Amino acid sequence: MKRLLSIALLSFAATTAFAAADEFTLTIKDHAFEPKEITIPAGKKIKLLVVNKDATPAEFESKPLGREKVIAGNSTGTVNIGPLKPGRYPFVEEYHENDAAAQGTIVVK
Amino acid sequence: MFAAALIVFRESLEASLIISIMAAATLGIASRGRWIAAGILAGLAGAALVASSMGLISDMASGVGQELFNAGILILAVGMLAWHNIWMSIHGREMAAQAKSTARAIHDGSRERSVIFMVVALAVLREGSETVLFLYGLATSSEDGLRNTVGGGLSGLAAGLLVGGLLYAGLLRIPLRWFFSITGVFVLLLAASMASQAARFLIQADLLPSLGAPLWDSSGLLSQTSAAGTLLHGLIGYEAQPAGMQIVFYVAVVLAITAGMRWVNSRGPVRNSAQPA
Ligand SMILES: [Cu+2]
Repeated sequence: MKRLLSIALLSFAATTAFAAADEFTLTIKDHAFEPKEITIPAGKKIKLLVVNKDATPAEFESKPLGREKVIAGNSTGTVNIGPLKPGRYPFVEEYHENDAAAQGTIVVK
Repeated sequence: MFAAALIVFRESLEASLIISIMAAATLGIASRGRWIAAGILAGLAGAALVASSMGLISDMASGVGQELFNAGILILAVGMLAWHNIWMSIHGREMAAQAKSTARAIHDGSRERSVIFMVVALAVLREGSETVLFLYGLATSSEDGLRNTVGGGLSGLAAGLLVGGLLYAGLLRIPLRWFFSITGVFVLLLAASMASQAARFLIQADLLPSLGAPLWDSSGLLSQTSAAGTLLHGLIGYEAQPAGMQIVFYVAVVLAITAGMRWVNSRGPVRNSAQPA
């Protein structure tokens, strides 16, 4: 029932301006984030699709966002984010958090 | 090498603190050492299993399987800790009134042993699965190769166990009169901290509203990644930027367990309990 409802809502959302949740994509390749900065709207829920193109697992982690998610090798994880106040929210790939390439920021405007 | 040591230290510290508190809180229970060891082994086996099927778990429940799984483990552990504390609020007093050796005799419940086993296993499972994945990733990807990973991992593990051991030794120095009240407070805060983490996963799964995200930011005062912040996170669930819902869960668990302890106490002390609980 819930699934039916969400399918109905999604198809409704697809045909109107009423989007259920905006999606943003973040890619991990060779333990580096691309892009390093993602701008999202304030006060809204968004879905962050984290695409791990490496063969090894990665962990998207952000203490400011209160999020942590392990993404298996060559797969995509979805992280629900928001609603947030405007500001900068850093995140890291926890398994390589000391590498500059494995650090990024969500900018909320 | 350093990254491996640091990550394994952080994860093993959390599990090690939980194990130390449980070991202290169940002082006097016969063969508790064996049950702790069994819990660690079961937790490690579970962690390897979870790590190997992480992709599968993630894809379940429309992509929020991992969040539900983590929240489930944490809530189960909160339940076990709550039960332990409420039960101990009767027996702890008896035990405190008597010598440790006598306590050992009256305090021999099989249910309490299964609590030790479960809490330890769940803690190791939860913290261990991420570590296993990390070590696997590092061992297969880094040029430094397996040797450095294992070396770093082991030194991180040793450091984590050392801090846990120090806590345990410190708890043992508490006079017996206060002992079970103080370990009880530790267990209570541990349960509340796990509940708050469970709330965080349920927010991430979009099943709960965040009620303010974050509610406050004390990272300038005490960063969560600092040594003190990490320790406080493991002990009482300190977070520099918590969501409002996490605070609700934290407070609710503290109130519920305290109320449960008061309630069993108000029914009068159980003198010669017919059923060895
Ligand atoms: Cu952890």
